[in-house]
Order: sequence, then C-alpha cells, then structure tokens
Amino acid sequence: MTQSRPWIPYALILPSVVFLGLLFIVPLVQTIWLAVSDNGTPSLANMTTMVSDLNFGRSVLNTFLLTLAVVPIQIVMALTMGSMVAKMNGGRETILWIWTIPLGISDLAAGMVWLSILQNTGYLNSILFGMGLIERQTAWLTYQTPVALFIGIAIAEIWRGTAIVMIIIVAGLNQVPKEFKEAAEIFGASPWTRFTRITLPLIRPALQSALILRTVLAFEVFAVVYALGGRNFPVLVGEAYNWQNQNQNYGVAAAYAVLIMVISLAATLVYLKVVKVDPERLP
Amino acid sequence: MANIVIDNIKKSFGAFQALKGVSLTIKDGEFVSLLGPSGCGKTTLLRIIAGLETSTSGDIRIGDKSVIGLPPKDRGLAMVFQNYAVFPHMTVYENVAFGLRMQKADDARVKKQVEKAAGLLHIEAYLDRYPNKLSGGQRQRVAVARALAVEPGVLLMDEPLSNLDALLRLEMRTELKTVLQEAGTTTIYVTHDQTEAMGLSDRIAVVHDGRIEQVGTPVEVYNHPATRFVGGFIGNPPMNFITMPVTNGQVAAGSQRFAVPAQGGEIVLGLRGETVERAPTGQGLDMEVRVAEPMGSHLLLTGSILGQPARVILPATETVKNGETVGLALDPKRLTWLSPESGVSYPAAA
Amino acid sequence: MSNTMSTSGHAGFISARMLLFWSGIIALCAWVLVPIYLVALGALGGRAGAYQWPKNLLPNDISLQPFILFLKTEGVFQSFLNSLGAAGITVALSIALGAPAGYALARYNFRGKDSYRLLVLLTRAFPLAILALPLTVSYIRLGLYDTVLGVGLIHTVLALPFAALVTQGIFLGVPRELEEAAWVFGCTRIQAFFKIVAPLALPGLVATAVFAFVISWNEVFAASVLTVRHRTLTAYLLTVLSESPMHYRFAGGLMLILPSVVFIFAVRRYLFAIWGVSSK
Repeated sequence: MTQSRPWIPYALILPSVVFLGLLFIVPLVQTIWLAVSDNGTPSLANMTTMVSDLNFGRSVLNTFLLTLAVVPIQIVMALTMGSMVAKMNGGRETILWIWTIPLGISDLAAGMVWLSILQNTGYLNSILFGMGLIERQTAWLTYQTPVALFIGIAIAEIWRGTAIVMIIIVAGLNQVPKEFKEAAEIFGASPWTRFTRITLPLIRPALQSALILRTVLAFEVFAVVYALGGRNFPVLVGEAYNWQNQNQNYGVAAAYAVLIMVISLAATLVYLKVVKVDPERLP
Repeated sequence: MANIVIDNIKKSFGAFQALKGVSLTIKDGEFVSLLGPSGCGKTTLLRIIAGLETSTSGDIRIGDKSVIGLPPKDRGLAMVFQNYAVFPHMTVYENVAFGLRMQKADDARVKKQVEKAAGLLHIEAYLDRYPNKLSGGQRQRVAVARALAVEPGVLLMDEPLSNLDALLRLEMRTELKTVLQEAGTTTIYVTHDQTEAMGLSDRIAVVHDGRIEQVGTPVEVYNHPATRFVGGFIGNPPMNFITMPVTNGQVAAGSQRFAVPAQGGEIVLGLRGETVERAPTGQGLDMEVRVAEPMGSHLLLTGSILGQPARVILPATETVKNGETVGLALDPKRLTWLSPESGVSYPAAA
Repeated sequence: MSNTMSTSGHAGFISARMLLFWSGIIALCAWVLVPIYLVALGALGGRAGAYQWPKNLLPNDISLQPFILFLKTEGVFQSFLNSLGAAGITVALSIALGAPAGYALARYNFRGKDSYRLLVLLTRAFPLAILALPLTVSYIRLGLYDTVLGVGLIHTVLALPFAALVTQGIFLGVPRELEEAAWVFGCTRIQAFFKIVAPLALPGLVATAVFAFVISWNEVFAASVLTVRHRTLTAYLLTVLSESPMHYRFAGGLMLILPSVVFIFAVRRYLFAIWGVSSK
C-alpha cells in the first residue's frame, strides 16, 4: 500500500474515536467524578451511603455468588457442546444454530421465559404435581426461598448466556488444525488427554476472551433478576438502577457503577494474568 | 507500448533496505524477468513500478515520462497477480472487460477486445461463468486475458505461475510465450523459478539482496554468471565452485592446462556440471563420487573435486559406482573464472 | 464363535456410546428450545392459560387472540416502534463509524493502531450500559433525554467497538490483491472500494448490522435509565413488569424473542467467522 497519503487511516478512524471519546471516555470520567464528589467537591459521601445501605452487602454477595456459579458452568457446557459438534458430520449446522438461539434473546426476555416455568402456576410445578412430587403449588421465587430463587436465576442466566461462550469456543476450536489431535492420537493419547493436553492449550485465546466477556456480563446481570425475583434478590446493577430511578440519587448510583467497573476490570486483569496467552506457543 | 527506465531506485522499510539502488533499462517490446530468491526485493521493485508501493528515492520513466507520484491507474500498465486477483463477483467477461470499462470504452470496442483476448487465451467457453467455478489454470488465463485486453504499454507479472501444479505450469509457460510474442507487449516478469525466466525472457535481471547482480540474455547469464551468487542460483545442479592454485598465469587440472586472468595465488573455477566429459583419471579433474544417481535422462554424481563439494552430470549411458573415483575432462570454452576474494567473475574469453 | 461375540460386543459398545452422544445433543437442544416453546404457550394461552392449574404442556388452548390483545395494549406498539428506531440508529451509526475504522485496521499500518485497538478492546472490560447513569444529566442538557436518538447513541457505544473489530475481519477477508488489481486497471481508491471491496464485504457487513440491531433491541438498562415516556420495548416491559398480569409478561417476552431469533437465523453462517475474528 502506498504511504504517499499517511493521513488516510487516521481520517478513517477519527469518527469512531471522537464518538467513543464523547460517549465512552467522557461519561466514564463523569461517573468516577460523580461517585467521589458531593456538590462539586471531592467526597466519599456517596461511597459511605452505598456501603451503609441495607442491600449493599447482599447485592455484592449475590452478584459474586451468581458469577461464580454461572461462569464455570457455562464454560464447561460450551466446551462440551463444542467437542460434541466437532464429532458430528451431518446436521452440524442445524444443531449449532439451535444452540445459538439464546444469543438473540435479551436478559429481560430470558427472565420472562423462566418466569413462565418457575412461577406458582408454572410448568415446573405442573410437572412436579403431575408426578406426584408436590401436592399444591409451590413458590420458588420469593424472598422466603432464597436458595430456590438463586438457582432459578442462575439457570436462566446459564440458559441465556451459554450461547456466546459456545460461539467463541467453537470459533476457537475451528482454528485448531485437525492434525494436532490426530498426531496425539497416533502417539496413543486418550481422548481425555487429547482434550486437556492439546485442545485446551490451543484454544486459550478463545477461552480467555470468553471468560472476560462472560464475567463482565455476569457482573452486569440485572433484567433476568428483576423479571424473576423483583427486588427479592438484590444485585449490584439493580441497586444502581434503583438509586437512579427510584431514589433519584445519581451520586450513589454512580458509586455503584464505579464499583462494578472496578470489579469488571479486576476480573479482566486476573484473566489476562491467569489464562496467559503466549503467542509463541500457538500455531 | 513503451520502454521503461528504472533509475537508481531505493526502498527502505524502516531500517531494512529492500532495494539498494536498482537501475535497469527495458526496451520497447522486450520481455525481462526479475529473477531471485524470495525476499530479494524483486516483488517490491515490481510493485514500485506499478505504483502500488512508493520508492524512497530514484526515478521510473515509462515511455520517457516519469511516473513517480502517479497512481497506478495513470501509468498505462496492466498487471497479472500471483493469486490471479480475478474479481469473484464478476463474470469472466466482466473481469476481462474491467480495464476497458474503467477507460469508458464503448460497448463495441469492449466486446471486440474481450473476444480477442479471450481467443488468445482460449477462454471463450467460460465468458459467462463466475471465477469460483473455474480451475486455477483457467483463472490464470482470465487474469492474463484481463491484462492483455487493455493493450497496455507495459505488462507486469508477479509470479503468475507459482500457484499452478507442475504440469500446468509447463503448459501455461509455453502458452504465455506464444501469446506474449504475438502481443509484443513490454513485459516485466517476476519469478523465483529459473526455468520460467530462462524459457520466457529476452533478458534476465538476477536480483539478490536488493541489488541487480547481472542483466543478460538467458544464455549469457547461464554460461557466464557475473558473480558467484548468479552461478549458484541459476542451473540445476548449481554451478560448482572449485578453488585452484595459479602458477604463472596458468591453472593445471591433471594434464589439462588453462590460461587464467591471474598471475599467482588462487582462483575459483566456475564449472557447470554438464560441461564435463568422462576421461581416464589424471587426465582432467578427478572426482571422488559419494553418491551416483541415475536420473533416467542423465547420471547425477555428487562428491568432491580437490576436496571441495561438487555435482556433475554424465550421460545416462555411463555407469559409476558409489565411492568410485572418476576422471573428468574440462571444455576450455565453457569455464568461468572468478576472483576468490570478491566472487566476481572475470570477463569471458579473456 | 468367540470372535463374533467380541465383534458384536464391540459394536454394541460403539452404538451405546453413539446413543449417549446423541441423547446428549438432543437434551441440549431441548434445554434451549423447550423454554421458548413454554413461554410461547404462555403468551398464546391468555389469562385463563396463565392461571390454569395444573398446566397442560400440549398446545391445546392457544390462539393468537391474547397476543394481539397484548399488542393493542396502550404503549406496546409505540415502544415497539421506539425500539425499532433506536436499533435503526444503532445499526446506521455503528456501521457508518465502525466500518471505516475496520477498513483502516485491516489495510493500513499506522502509528497509534495498537492504541486504537486497545481503546476498542477496553470497552469490552467495562459494563458499558452503566455509562448511561452520568449521561442522564448531559442528555437532559442537550435535549437528548427521553428520546429515541439518545438511546440509539448509547447503544452505538455498545455496538461500535464490536462493529470495528468484526468489519476488520471482514475486510481482511477481501484479498488486498483484488483491490490492487482494480487500481492497476484504472480505478481510483474510492472507485475500487465501491466496485470491488464493498460488494464482496456486503454479506459480512449485513451480518454486522444484524448484530448491532440485536445488541440494541435487547438492551434493557441504558434504555430504562434514559427514557421516561418514549420507552423502548425492553424499557417499557421492565417498568410495567410488576403491575402487569402474567400472560402479558409472557407475550412481551415472546415479542422480544421473535425478531432477534429470526435475524440470528438469517446470519447464522457468519456467527462463527465473526466471533472467531473478534475474540482475538
């Protein structure tokens, strides 16, 4: 490519840089300032209000527990799905499409879907009743049944969010040449050894980005929770929403936002460190 | 049609000097190959001529007009790319017609030119098809037809045959020669394949490490390589280089004596493997044969002459055993003498 | 005799494994599809269906009537249009701003390229929707608060980095030689882009647009924070959630699901290529 007009690439990226500057960087700085100031002066008042709120501890705990429960299961499910389709010949496309359907489903819709199953007169109770396991309608989604509510929300999250993990992992698997596994097979490696010693190390980059993306999304969990449990199951983003819309207290909402960002960034850094991708060890 | 003058072209990518001052003049209608190993700068030079890359310094004139700074479209040239670069979303007809359409030629002229080019390359039958239905060889024909259809002043070809299998490559090579001779277009042809360069070119420019080592007809370049690199790069097996002592302006090979352009010290003999004849040992150079490989058409011997590695070719009718020592008589008219220090050859027939 | 025994035993072992394999695949398909079927059943069952006990898992008492009734509810259709509008703005902006950047990343080496990629990737590590919170104030000042345009802008922040990375992959997929051939045969850079690159990149660009649409269509948080009366469908459903009857919620869920599932189906061929590239 000629270098006679070196300004061309800059002209091409400029609009997006300006846009992201105005609507990503500026609000980012504003959020941080809003969180650590009070009436225009630096102050930890918002932070204090946030921390001393009744729901704060519960929402932190709930969000972390949910992330810890959901992300590993999604990764394992996605790896299983990816390995399964890798073995298929006919019908691969159809199966993959079915498994990716939840990708297009919003968290709110996913909440509604599982609400139809888990509500008092829902399908779960109907089946349990039909099998004679329960005698009357059982409530799963109230604050009196926190464990059941937690499991219900986790299931809905797993149902909705596994597709994106699977897509990233299948895309990663597609880039692993078949020869590597065949070579390992010829040297007598068992399927499990092939998976752990050959496949997993080679899809590290995909695994890393799936983990980062999914974890950041898990800390953002909101609408699923709201649809299924209302305010019975406080989570961080839900609290931010309530402080903003119900209490009209933008400062505390911003404090929550900063907290979520810090946690997300920390998680990203941890993944970058732990799931190290060494370009020299990739094909 | 046009002549091309390449005047001291230099090109750096950061600290790396890809071209270290290249000059070459190509006459109108001439076919010149840029031949060299990968990474030698030959493709960079071609891309600079095409205007796809800018040179750091130097001048290029096409038809006596400097084209430095002109975009590719204003240089009056056509190009055949290594991966053909046939547009997949256009029919073969539209591909061949592309350059003419860009020149806003009227439909009658487009039709005439496309049919002419398609006829030359024998692709009339595929004109309505899309390229992804064609084989590699057929796409190659489309790419050449597209270039010829515009009747360019200069035709640039970048390794056009390297993606074809061996048999097809041979066939296309012969065909290219016929077609290009008929068209009479000034052509610059980049290749790393010496047989292509030898077979097609009027002249070959051997490029090495950002410089042109030698420009000459295929026979000149083959028989009288200007440098050790050229001799080693061209020919299969490559030229043998045997360092020999000089006494009183003469070199002795067994009972054979050769006058050489040096008085004393050492000189390097450049010996083409197929120019020797079998002789009794002691008469010429003796070769200790490590491996003898009957190739069908000839017998290939690998071993050493005066303790230096060598490969020579004898007629297929000869029989030589591994480990045998054979005598080789030299043909004084087909020897090249090179300076051991600079690796540059002395002028032929000194 | 023993030979045939062992052969048939081996075959039996293989088919048992195949059975397990296919049961797994079918179970995972059911895991995805059955909940959607059930919410559709709920949406089409009406008030009676929602409170029926115990429920029938077969589609006996369904009709389109309850769903149409839901569509006629005040606010639903308008919020549907608002969602379409916001998604349209997101698609237009993220392609218009993202595709040139993707082209620059694919075709040029320039100082700052890595910093730009870092900026784009950085957006990944942030829960972007949260940025809607401080925007409320600026939006009110700029007159963007409670407008479809405002929602479209914040959704573009979500979709733009994605579009830039994905279009980079798409443009990398169009061989540079094709573009160079066009230049040599008489095209200016702009002509070459529109005659050669654009037609070849079009399917991928359409797929990118579809994803941008789905991102906007599904976004709940920012849309809810930045609108009051001109709500998008997700924001509308979220605010009326607690006071609406069950079958309305299911109808809303179904209405959210249908368009994006159809769209994902339309671009399914590109899913893996796109994510393969953008996950790098």
